[in-house]
Amino acid sequence: MDPFGRFLADLIPLFNDMPAWLAITITGLIAGTLLLVFMAVFALFAVYLERKVSAHMQDRLGPMEVGGWHGWAQTIADAVKLLAKEDLIPKNVDRILFKAAPMLVFGATTAAFGALPFSADLIPADMNIGLLYILAVSSLVVIGILMAGWSSNNKWSLYGAMRAAAQIVSYEIPIALSLLVAVVIVGSLNMSDLVRFQDGTIFDWIFLKYYGLGFIAFIIYFVASLAEVNRTPFDLPEAESELVAGFHTEYSGMRFAMFFLAEYANMFLVAAIATSVFLGGWLPPFPVLDFIPGAVWFVGKSLFLVFIQMWLRWTLPRLRVDQLMYTCWKVLTPFSFAVLMIVATLIII
Amino acid sequence: MPDLRTEVMEVNMGPQHPSTHGVLRVVLKTDGEIVLDAIPYIGYLHRCFEKHAENVTWQQVIPFTDRMDYLASMNNNFGYVVGVEKLMGIEVNERVERLRVITAELNRIASHLIALGTYGLDIGAFTPFLYAFREREMILDLFEEICGARLLYNFMWVGGVSHDAPDGWIQKVLDFCDYFSPKIKEYNDLLSFNKIFIERTANVGVLPADVAISYGCSGPTLRASGVDFDLRKNDPYSIYDKFDFNTVIGEGLKGTVGDCWDRYWVRIIEMEESVKIIRQAASDMPDGNVKEKIPKIVKVPAGEIYQRTETPRGELGYYIVSSGDKIPERIKVRSPAFCNLSVLPAISRGIMVADIVAIIGSLDIVLGEIDR
Repeated sequence: MDPFGRFLADLIPLFNDMPAWLAITITGLIAGTLLLVFMAVFALFAVYLERKVSAHMQDRLGPMEVGGWHGWAQTIADAVKLLAKEDLIPKNVDRILFKAAPMLVFGATTAAFGALPFSADLIPADMNIGLLYILAVSSLVVIGILMAGWSSNNKWSLYGAMRAAAQIVSYEIPIALSLLVAVVIVGSLNMSDLVRFQDGTIFDWIFLKYYGLGFIAFIIYFVASLAEVNRTPFDLPEAESELVAGFHTEYSGMRFAMFFLAEYANMFLVAAIATSVFLGGWLPPFPVLDFIPGAVWFVGKSLFLVFIQMWLRWTLPRLRVDQLMYTCWKVLTPFSFAVLMIVATLIII
Repeated sequence: MPDLRTEVMEVNMGPQHPSTHGVLRVVLKTDGEIVLDAIPYIGYLHRCFEKHAENVTWQQVIPFTDRMDYLASMNNNFGYVVGVEKLMGIEVNERVERLRVITAELNRIASHLIALGTYGLDIGAFTPFLYAFREREMILDLFEEICGARLLYNFMWVGGVSHDAPDGWIQKVLDFCDYFSPKIKEYNDLLSFNKIFIERTANVGVLPADVAISYGCSGPTLRASGVDFDLRKNDPYSIYDKFDFNTVIGEGLKGTVGDCWDRYWVRIIEMEESVKIIRQAASDMPDGNVKEKIPKIVKVPAGEIYQRTETPRGELGYYIVSSGDKIPERIKVRSPAFCNLSVLPAISRGIMVADIVAIIGSLDIVLGEIDR
C-alpha cells in the first residue's frame, strides 16, 4: 500500500477492515480531492502573490480593495467572475478539440501532481518510477496547447501553439538530463527515495553535492523549467507584445481559467520537482528544525522557487525564438550532458 | 516522400494589437516565423487636422496641434506658434522664450520616457515601463501646475504663453532635474545593458544612414544611424542657439550603427541633454509679462512660411499659408513619425516576427501624428 494509504489507515482504523479495493478507491478519492483543492487554493494564492510581487517591484500597490486587508480576496473575486462568465465559443473553431484542450492541459498537470512527495506520509502515489511518470505526464500539456492553438482557428493562436510545442519539447531534454544527474547519484527514480537520500543537513542535499556539479544541474534544471512553464524570459508562447495572448487568445470564462490554473499549477509543479530532487524535499535544512512538519518545508521551498520565477518574470525581457532554441540546444543541453557524464564517471570511480 | 506544400501566411498585426502603439495595422507576409514583407496601413486615427485648421482662427488651431502628437503637445505647439509669429513679425520676450524651451524640453523627456518604457514592454520587460511612468508623472505634475492640463496643454500661444510660471515653479523644475539625472542610471541597470535586451535589439533592424536619409527619417531615428542632424542645432529656432548641448548620434556601441539598440540609446542620452538645456534655461530667469505680445485678434499678413522644429520624434514641419485673413488659408504638416514609419518595409524583410515588434517600438511612432 502507498504511504498515503498507510497514513490514512493509521488515522482511521476502519480502513484495515475494508476490502483492499474499497480502501484503495477511497484513499484515491480523498487524495484526488485534496490535490484539486490544493491546486485551486495554490493558484488563487499564486495569482495574488504574483500581482503583489509585480506591484511592489514596479512601485505600485497592487490590489488593495477587495476583502479589506491588502485586497486579499481579489483573486477569489476574479475566479467567481470567470466562473460566472458566458461560455463563448467562436464560430469557426474545431469544437471538439477546442473544448478538450483546456481539460487535457489541466488534467495532465493534475495527474503529475499525484506523484509529488509532500511529506514522508503525504505521497498520493509513491511509484517506483515517480520522476519518469511526472515528466511523461506533464509533457502531455504540449498536446493540449497544440490542440488549443490549432482548433482556435486564429493565426496568432497557431503561432503561440507552434512556439510552445517547439519550446517545451526541446526544453524537456535539458530538464531530463539534469534530473538524471540526481537519479544517477541516488540510483532510484522513486520520488521518496530521492528525498530520503538527502537526509541529514543542508549539505547532504543534492544541489550542494559533487563539487558544485549538483548545483550546476540544479541551475540548468531551473532555467529549463522556466521554459517548460512558459515564464519570462521564455514566455514566447504567450508573448503579449507579439502574439497578444498566444494559444489561449480565443478562450474566455472558465475555459480560460483552466489554462490559467494549469499554468500556475505547473509553476508549482516544476518548483516542487526541483525541491524534491535537489533541495531535500520535505527535509528541514538542519535536523534541529525537525519539529516543523515536512509538508511545510516542502511547500515553503517550492514557494520560494515560485517567487524566484516571478522575480525573474518582472525583471527580464523576452528572448527571440532562435535565441531560445540556441539557449536550449547549444548551451543547456551540452552542459547538462557534460555534468551527467562527469557525475557518472565519479560514481563509477 | 512527397514534397510538403507550404504556404505563405498573411497575418494582420493590428489595428488592435498591444505593440503597434496605437491603431496601426501592419500586414505581415510570413513564412513560419520569418517575415517576408511588412506593409503598414495607416489612417485609423485620421481626424482632419488640416481641414479643421482651415476653419478656425489662428489661435484656435493650437489645441488641434496638441492632438496630433499627444505625447509631445508642447513641441507641437512650439513649431506652430514660432511659424505664425515669424509671419506676423512678432518678437516675444526672453521669459516667454525660456518658458517655451523649458516646457518643450520637459515634454521631450516625458515623451522619450514613454518611448523607452513601451519599448521595454515590446521586448517583454514590464517593469521599466512603470519606472518611466513614475518620472513622467512628475513632469505632468509640473505641467499641470503651469497650465492646468496634463496631456493636451494648449500652453504656447501666438505671441506668448497661456500662463506665467507660478511662484516656485522654476525651482521645482530645477529640483526635478536634480532628481531625474541619477534615475537614468536605473534604466540602464534594469534595461539598457541587460544581456537579453541587447541580444534582442543590437544588430536588429539596422537602418543605414543613406536609407534613413532617402526615406526622410528624422529625429532620434535618423541620428541613431549616425547622421548629425538636429534642428535645434542645424536650423535653430527660438533661443536654442544660446544653449550648450550636444547632438546625440548613434555609435553602434553594442552592434551596428543604426540598429534598434542605438535608436533606444540615443533617446536615453537625449534625455540627459534635455536636462542640460533645462538647467541653463531655468537659471537666472528674466522677468517679463508673458502675455504682452499676444494680439487681441490675430491677423496674419498674406504670405507663407515653412517652419520646422525638432520634436521628440523628429522634424515637425508646418507649412503655413495666409491670405491675410483671420483664419489660415492652409496648414500642411510634415509629420516626422509618418516618414519614420515609412522606412519599416525597407528594413523588415527576412527578419523574425518578434523583430518587427522591436523595430516598430524603436521607431517610436505616435499614430495621432501619422494620421493627423
